[in-house]
Order: sequence, then C-alpha cells, then structure tokens
Amino acid sequence: MTEKKIRVLVAKPGLDGHDRGAKVIARALRDAGMEVIYTGLRQTPEMIAEAALQEDVDVVGLSVLSGAHMALTPRVMELLRANGQSHVKVFLGGIIPDEDLHRLMEMGVAGVYGPGASTEDIIRDIKTAVAA
Amino acid sequence: MTFSQAILNGDRLALARLLTKVENNSEEGRSALMELFPHTGKAHLIGVTGAPGTGKSSLVNQLALHYRKHEDKRVAIVAVDPSSPFTGGAVLGDRVRMRDLSGDPNVFIRSMASRGSLGGLAQATANVVQVFDAAGFDIIIVETVGAGQSEVDIARLAHTTLVVEAPGLGDDIQAIKAGILEIADILVVNKADRPGVENTEKALKTMLELAHPTERVFQHHGTYMGMSAPKKNPNAKMWIPPIQRTVSTEGNGIPELADAIAKHVEHLRSSGDWALRERTRLEVELEALIRNGLMNRFREDIPAERYEETLEAVVQRKVSPWEAATALLNGRSK
Repeated sequence: MTEKKIRVLVAKPGLDGHDRGAKVIARALRDAGMEVIYTGLRQTPEMIAEAALQEDVDVVGLSVLSGAHMALTPRVMELLRANGQSHVKVFLGGIIPDEDLHRLMEMGVAGVYGPGASTEDIIRDIKTAVAA
Repeated sequence: MTFSQAILNGDRLALARLLTKVENNSEEGRSALMELFPHTGKAHLIGVTGAPGTGKSSLVNQLALHYRKHEDKRVAIVAVDPSSPFTGGAVLGDRVRMRDLSGDPNVFIRSMASRGSLGGLAQATANVVQVFDAAGFDIIIVETVGAGQSEVDIARLAHTTLVVEAPGLGDDIQAIKAGILEIADILVVNKADRPGVENTEKALKTMLELAHPTERVFQHHGTYMGMSAPKKNPNAKMWIPPIQRTVSTEGNGIPELADAIAKHVEHLRSSGDWALRERTRLEVELEALIRNGLMNRFREDIPAERYEETLEAVVQRKVSPWEAATALLNGRSK
C-alpha cells in the first residue's frame, strides 16, 4: 500500500457555467487511475489555490470557456507559488486562441487543450509532467 | 525542521504533505505519526454516514460553518469517496458542496479515496484523523463513502456518529435491518422540507423503540464481542439517539443538531463511554498493526515457492485450505 497516486484538482475558475468538459476530463483521469478532486463551478483563483494546498495535488487542471484565461491562469499560478507549491503542474483546457498559446507556455503552463483534444494525449502529458 | 514540528507550529503546507505521506503509508509518514501521537486525543471526532444522495456533504458544510461562526472551533473535514475497483482512480466531489468554507484558515478539508477498503473509510483514515488531532483541530468531521447498509467502521473511529437519512429512501423494514442505523448516536432526517418526512421519522422512531436497550457489538479478534455500557457506572443513563430534522441547503435545524451533538459529548463524558470508545479505537488500531506485522513476518519466513506449491495443491483439491494454512503456519515454527 505504498503506491503513489497522481492527485489532480479539476477546477473551473471564473463565471462561465459550462462544466461538461471539466467533468469529461475528471472522468477520463479517473479511468487512468488518478485521484481527481472536483471542485465545481465558479471558483476564484484563491479558492483553487487553497484547495490545491489542502489536497496536496500534483496537478491543477483549469477549464476556462469565458475568455478570461489570460487573467485567471497567471493568478492561480502566482498563488500556488506563494503557497510553496511551485512544483504543481498547471494544465489548461477550454477555448484558448492560438495567439495566447505562446504566452501561456512562457508563464509555465504545462499543457493547453482545446475542443477535440484527445483524453489519451492529456493523460500521457500529465503522467510525463508529474514524473519529470 | 521535521514534519511533526512544522505541523505543531501550524504549517498548513507541511500538514497537507504529511497527510499524503500518511495516506501512502510511507516510512516518513509512519515516523511522523509516532512523533505526533503524544499530541493526539484532544479532538472531538464526528462521523457522518448514510446512503448516497442523502446530503452528507451539504450537512457537513453547514455543521462546520456553525462551529466556525458560533463556537470559534478549528474544524478539519475528511471526506471519503470511493475508488474504482477496476482502475484504482477516483473522482472526489465532496468539496463541491463545501465552498462556503473556503477562505477560512481555521478550516481544512481533505478528500480521500477509499483505495479498495470496504467499510466506508479508507485504510489510512484513522491515521489522517490522528494528524489533524495533533495539529490542534478541535473538531474533526469524517464523512464516509455514501454507501449502503454495512459501512460501520465509522462507529469505531468517531466519538459521535450521525446517520443521515432522507425522505423517500425506504420503508420500515429498512429501518429494522441491522447495520448502519444501529451505529447512530444521532439520526438526522435531512431534506426535511420534502414530502414523506413524517413517515421517515416515524419509521426511525419505531426502530429506536424496538432497538433499545441494546448492547454495542464490536468485532474483536475476528469474532463478535458484545460490549455493554461500562461496568463502573451502572446507573449511568442510557443514550437514546435523538432524531433531528434538517434542511442543509437552507441551514435549518443545524443549531439544534449541534446542540444534540454537544449533549452526546456530555453523555459520553459523564457515563465513561468516552474513555471506552477511545480504548476500543486504539485497540482496533493496535490489532490491525499486529495483524499486518504477523502477516509480513509470515511472508518473510515462508519461501514463495512453498507458498505457491501449497496454493496449487489447494487449487487441485489435494489439500483443503484449512490443512494448508495449518501446514504453512507450522512450517514457520519448525
């Protein structure tokens, strides 16, 4: 019983109310043997960082469909760092324009996924990022 | 600074990381548990169990809010959800109902996957509770897997066990079955604004009238052991589980529920049951550790080939499992 499970927080920051994508991801990660903490809609970056701390997660997956990703993502990452959790990998899914990709990766986002992304790719990327 | 020192100093990140190590049963986790153990035994452990969808998480949310607002107590919540038996993965969703508690540094919520353990808790839940206890949380609420009729481990862990029911989930036959209702110190009828609440309450009342007075029975050395009220104080009044209606989405009935919990603590203290429960809990833990230790020692002593051979003989129906076990156990002492 010394097995180390990958723990992932799946969170929806901001105000859009569409969580189907987040739930599909939560379920896919579960089926890949991960422990997924799902926090529900309309989370502030502060709430997400606090949950990430309490749950000692390896990964935070953010789902943003509202276009506010350039404001919310860096804020979550800043708070994680302030809490001493700079080792936590942040993944982002949703409607993310191509022109933002470069800046997000520069910020240190570990992966960005849009509509049609395959859950297998996401699972593989998470496993690689956590093992690194 | 060691983990245990950091935790005694109130370091939340260290607390979160130690919980993971304890959950994974790592060497570091075990040694921290040993150091922290003398600091445990102060918290009030409240168990919350009941079928899926009765509103356990929302109730825990409201109860924790109450303790923060009206009693200024530090509250830890351990929320257990099931792991998939096929992939070992889990979706832990209890936090969704607990968003009101966010932003309060005196509340700490930790989700746990059951990781194959039956009985409504994970194997490491008792140890996780010990860490919270040592970290100075006054109240530790443990929410079990939302499961069926025999998830009774919580009664061995908690001082006060709440069993949550909701209208429309079963008739009076469900109420007289053995199992989950017997472990209740307090029965909560949640969603009490729904139709059928009178019937649910009536069925529970009937069950209580039939059931009391009863002996508490714990499993002990693999057999059932009756455990009546402690002998020291034969005149101690018996605790009849009260039935409390709540609507946890609105917060209705929560102050009354907190009162009932306080009365139960008073009862435990005055009757000597508190000490008895502590003793039982630690005994269960000690025994589990001995069992694991013996099993490990056995595995070390018996060569794997010999074990496989014996197992094969059993599979071939040449030897019965009873004879095989005796032979293997005797082989050890030769």
